Amino acid sequence: MLKFGAKRWLFIGIALAIAASFLSPNFNRYYLGVGIDVGIAIILAVSLNLINGHTGQFSLGHAGFMAVGGYFAAWISLKLGESAEVFFPLSLLAGGLFAALIGLFVGIPSLRLRGDYLAIVTLGFGEIIRVVAQNTEAIGAASGLKGIPKLTNLGWTFGLAALTIYIITALVNSTYGRGFLAVHDDEIAAESSGINTTRYKVVAFVTGSFFAGIAGGLYAHHKQFLAPTGFDWLKSVEIVVMVILGGMGRTAGVVAAAILLTLLPEFLREVSEYRMILYALLIIFLMILRPEGLFAFKLKRRQTS
Amino acid sequence: MEFLQQFINGLSLGSVYALIALGYTMVYGVLRFINFAHSDILMLGAFAAFYLSPIVEKFCGPQSPVGAILVVILAAAICAIIGTLIEFFAYRPLRGRPKLTVLITAIGVSLFIEFTCQHGKVFGSNPRPFPKLLNDTQFHFGKLAIGSNDVIVLLVTAMLLVGIWFLVQKTRVGTALRAVSYNQQAAALMGVPVNRIISFTFAVGSALAAIAGILYSMKFPAIEPLMGVQPGLRAFIAAVVGGIGNIPGAVLGGLIIGLLETFAGGIPGLSNYRDAIAFGILILILFFKPAGLLGRSTVEKV
Amino acid sequence: MKSLPSSLTAASLAAVFALGLTGCKSGGGDTIKVGEYASLTGKEATYGAAMHEGTMLAIEEVNAAGGVLGKQIELIVEDDQSKAGEPANAVNKLISKDGVVAVLGEFASSRSLEGGPICQENKIPMISPGSTNPAVTQVGDYIFRVCFTDPFQGAALANFANGTLKAKKVAILTDVKSDYSKGLAKYFKEKYLAGGGELAAELDFNGGDKDFKAQLTTIKNSSPDAIFIPGYYNDVALICIQAKQLGIDVPLFGGDGWESHMLLEIGKDAVEGHYFSTHCLTDQDTPKMKSFVEAYTKRYNKAPDAMSTLGYDSAMVLIDAMKRAGTTESAALRDAIAATKDYEGVSGTFSLDENRDAVKPLVFAQIKNGKFVYSATVNP
Repeated sequence: MLKFGAKRWLFIGIALAIAASFLSPNFNRYYLGVGIDVGIAIILAVSLNLINGHTGQFSLGHAGFMAVGGYFAAWISLKLGESAEVFFPLSLLAGGLFAALIGLFVGIPSLRLRGDYLAIVTLGFGEIIRVVAQNTEAIGAASGLKGIPKLTNLGWTFGLAALTIYIITALVNSTYGRGFLAVHDDEIAAESSGINTTRYKVVAFVTGSFFAGIAGGLYAHHKQFLAPTGFDWLKSVEIVVMVILGGMGRTAGVVAAAILLTLLPEFLREVSEYRMILYALLIIFLMILRPEGLFAFKLKRRQTS
Repeated sequence: MEFLQQFINGLSLGSVYALIALGYTMVYGVLRFINFAHSDILMLGAFAAFYLSPIVEKFCGPQSPVGAILVVILAAAICAIIGTLIEFFAYRPLRGRPKLTVLITAIGVSLFIEFTCQHGKVFGSNPRPFPKLLNDTQFHFGKLAIGSNDVIVLLVTAMLLVGIWFLVQKTRVGTALRAVSYNQQAAALMGVPVNRIISFTFAVGSALAAIAGILYSMKFPAIEPLMGVQPGLRAFIAAVVGGIGNIPGAVLGGLIIGLLETFAGGIPGLSNYRDAIAFGILILILFFKPAGLLGRSTVEKV
Repeated sequence: MKSLPSSLTAASLAAVFALGLTGCKSGGGDTIKVGEYASLTGKEATYGAAMHEGTMLAIEEVNAAGGVLGKQIELIVEDDQSKAGEPANAVNKLISKDGVVAVLGEFASSRSLEGGPICQENKIPMISPGSTNPAVTQVGDYIFRVCFTDPFQGAALANFANGTLKAKKVAILTDVKSDYSKGLAKYFKEKYLAGGGELAAELDFNGGDKDFKAQLTTIKNSSPDAIFIPGYYNDVALICIQAKQLGIDVPLFGGDGWESHMLLEIGKDAVEGHYFSTHCLTDQDTPKMKSFVEAYTKRYNKAPDAMSTLGYDSAMVLIDAMKRAGTTESAALRDAIAATKDYEGVSGTFSLDENRDAVKPLVFAQIKNGKFVYSATVNP
């Protein structure tokens, strides 16, 4: 039942996305831009949810992997020049794979650590990635990478968002994916039951990084300009907040939170000087009053396991 | 000669990091969570001194040692109150919840303080000149230069290190503090007033942050709402490198980070990676000694 | 397994949501809408706010005098929080939702480079008050600036080091976090080396650092004749203080990032005797400057700096072009801005060249007795 239902929804999502991209030239560009922002945020939040939510690790470096994918995909597009449009999906994929590679490189050593140690190490890696980007002339260094072709549209964004949700949900719900939940619930018990916890953690981390890289590629071809300062740890915090607001490990909630938190600042433009203060208060009150997430109603995640 | 000068520079920077790291480590030692707002308390301490010093100057005259000490004590007291309030309102309701929940709340508190202070009606985002609390005399020995403020920072850090160590190891409060750190529930059963001890820890930690903030601003006399972020992060790394929760470890970590950053900063071609150095050290240390240099590794039991 | 379908629904709903939100028309109305995007909060708010205050003052003055083309000007301001990724949304909103006829902003080149392509794509003229990176106006023919560019300033500073300071060996301390600093250092280096100068040492820092003694110690040991610091005043003030503490007694010099009264307040006696180049000095003896300083001080109760004059000029150039074009239609307005010639601004008299860059003189100042003292003018 799962496979059929899931696929049907996936196809509907993709079909809608394609329809939207055909219609999009008629849209108001501001709403179009924000709509794409929403889609990118969904990919970022859902992929981080695999690491922070389902697997129960705590990464504060997601923006770093987004930067890796974004820079790499954009660099390819710029190298390709004219034919960038044809190879766009491949550039995105390459960006994602490169981010996954870096994720593997970061993940294997650091995932031995736990809790706040892991948080601080991933934060560190995110910052190191930023500093490297800042010092690499090939990708524009501090001046940023400019002139990236505008290839991201609603179709790609929401098609990939639907695909991300599908793959991650299918992964978590597969027999293999039970391992993630086991690591989340009780690492020591999982270890004792013969589950290779480090491997599960690394798989979650690499998969998450891959999709963060894809999101980065979409972001690069959406904003057409990348600057290293855009990927500092505050960006990672933003994604973490989406995951928490949605309720760790609750995909639907996380998607809703990603939509809400991307649209909210746009609605708060009128009171922009108080925007970030409200944002900070939101985090505090949420943690105190609804630590399970804003959208955690009756849906209990572990019902099916 | 250049090496010696860089050593002095590094020692002086490292001792400020060490002082900030002391506060991180105290709170972590008791509550096992990273108080992200520590770096913002540091900033509030500097701003408290900024507003207090003209008032104190009226009574004590400009740049008098008595006045400086008075400013430091008042600012430390203010920050101790703020720290206790933060603990009471933001962290206490979360007692017993997963560590990550508290960590995220701490990030929220930190962002709240930063953005509120950046607002034009509070401090605004412009840097402000920090008043000269003490006359900074420069001593030149041949080509070497040492400032009196550098010496003061070093002395204060050493004094506070000994003071905190004494407080934790030799006093009744310290015994209670260690008991809470070891096992909160057991300590409560033994009649230790856990809440009061935690409030006390936050008060001391925040007072330390305020003192560090003032010393930092005496060294670098431009203060703004985000001034705490960078030294705070470095000091936190220092605390982890030394073994978080371990008081001498915090100082050791601070000095290591300060020295390495300074030596790297002086090398052309490497100085542009200075931001990444502290993190690089952290990652290396954690791979080889996950509990930090002086920390004891604990085995989690089922 | 309820979460999967519902999450996909959410994703598709979002797509539909975006679909439903189609264009809201920008009516003619009785006001002329002008957009501004600026860093009013965040890390670089201090520059963004100064610029914004100048812009506001200009619009208020024009409106008080009856507006332009018989209409009042409505300035719609968007804050980009000094954050990458934000300018795109801000400019999109200004153009597509609010329907502005022109856009003013940003001071930071990296954010102008993000907002610029959107203005170009929509054929809405954009005037940057303070982005000095040459790439900004290369985005397209709708992007202008009212300040000089890095190559011009870098060359002027190199001539200054070779000529006025007669420095044989210069050390450079660059802010690697800032494209402005790196650009200026690059153009300075090219010209300075070509002029026969020699580099004593090249070191970097990250904007926002507080401790510079490590770099300065190395620089001191390379015994330069002068030290070039292309940075912003908040870092520069601390660099000057620490240089003095280390006993460095050669002149320090830099570009327009130095210009702020905060440099004097923080740096105090440590900045004494050093030089910098800038757009203009607010105590210059021109009638325009005098009336600007007076109006600014009255309006905001504080002294302006160069960034505020540029904000003011960017708005005034736009209004001047509207008057000359007689319309706010985008192509005509663009042509009118491009035709700006010998415009008498507060920051100096300038024309826009074929690259849409302002061709204007630059002034050198020295810090003497806690004041910026005019020392020379360099004409392009």
